[in-house]
Amino acid sequence: MNTEDTQTGSGGAHWPLWEIFVRSARGLSHVHAGSLHAPDADMALRNARDLYTRRNEGVSLWVVPASAIIASDPDAKGEFFESPQGKDYRHATYYTKSEGVKHL
Amino acid sequence: MATQDSDHHAVANADGDETAAAGQAYFDKIIAADSRIEPPDWMPDGYRKTLIRQISQHAHSEVIGMQPEGNWIGRAPSLKRKAILMAKVQDEAGHGLYLYSAAETLGIPRDVLNDQLIAGKARYSSIFNYPARSWADMGAIGWLVDGAAICNQVPLCRASFGPYGRAMVRVCKEESFHQRQGFEILLELANGTPAQKQMAQDAVDGLYAPALMMFGPPDSDSAHSSQSMAWNIKRFSNDELRQRFVGMIVEQVKVLGLTLPDDDIRFNEETGKWEYGELDWDEFNEVLAGRGPCNAQRLTRRREAHENGAWVREAATAYAAEKAKREQVA
Repeated sequence: MNTEDTQTGSGGAHWPLWEIFVRSARGLSHVHAGSLHAPDADMALRNARDLYTRRNEGVSLWVVPASAIIASDPDAKGEFFESPQGKDYRHATYYTKSEGVKHL
Repeated sequence: MATQDSDHHAVANADGDETAAAGQAYFDKIIAADSRIEPPDWMPDGYRKTLIRQISQHAHSEVIGMQPEGNWIGRAPSLKRKAILMAKVQDEAGHGLYLYSAAETLGIPRDVLNDQLIAGKARYSSIFNYPARSWADMGAIGWLVDGAAICNQVPLCRASFGPYGRAMVRVCKEESFHQRQGFEILLELANGTPAQKQMAQDAVDGLYAPALMMFGPPDSDSAHSSQSMAWNIKRFSNDELRQRFVGMIVEQVKVLGLTLPDDDIRFNEETGKWEYGELDWDEFNEVLAGRGPCNAQRLTRRREAHENGAWVREAATAYAAEKAKREQVA
């Protein structure tokens, strides 16, 4: 478990896990690119640069401790995302009577 | 992410049959819809094990694959070729890391995988147990070995396990430079002196059969193929991919002005497939069993590199701990 990744291991695998987000160009959001292990944030950033931006893939990097990410419960995906179900009227495509009307 | 996955796997096991049945039904639905399984999802143990085996073998291959080429960095014929080779070897290290990360989302730590590799308990692609004897081998490795790898990996971008597919997308983007630089090395040699052309031909002769064997045993002998295809991990069989690859290189070799060491290559109009000569599967099994030309040397080097790097890992850990302590005081 990564929350316990504070002890050191010979392979470096017990270093904390960091999730890496790359902004590929100005004006775009940071997008999750992958993860890596590093002993601290500085080294996570340097390693992320070498691993995920060897070909100018990014103009900015975020490194986030994986343990700091709060995720929705994978078992509850049904209930958790239920609310938008059956609410097609939230999409423009629901309104078909106006088809053919210009600039609408 | 690895965090959620290890948690979830433990819970799924503890909850017993009912959870497993519901999980299986959901899993089957996702596979049938050709959608993607993500780390927190329930998955059959066999699926998890198959992926851990395949992804880690793939990662180990990238890591061991640095050796035959690393061997030529110091002897590259020009500064340009040296820079290219270093970039390629660095890519292989990166590919190994992408893949270890993907494997970790299945709940297996990277140091366990690393220990398996250096203890000689894990497999990696048999091709890397062949020596790289000449500079032309750098060309043939890029063209044939990376070419075969790409042929194998492009369909893996659509593998049903999300993190594996995403890692393969990155890998494939980067591999195409590897194949082209290899082709260019051969092209330059093939248009050089007669001795250089002969060196290029020798390299192609030596690596042709091992590259074809990279696709794995014939479909009739492939232990894992059909289940992997049912799970949408593999999209094409070993033989299908091998035939496709032969069809590509049979045209490319003409541009090089070289030949493939196989008189039985022909296009079968009836089946619409390329046929090729019998491959020496006894040799393949020997190499896989650890009795190839370089198996021992590759593992020894890997072990040494890991041990020689221990002080770097320790120093990085100590530095991080010391810095955290000082920040706490301040």
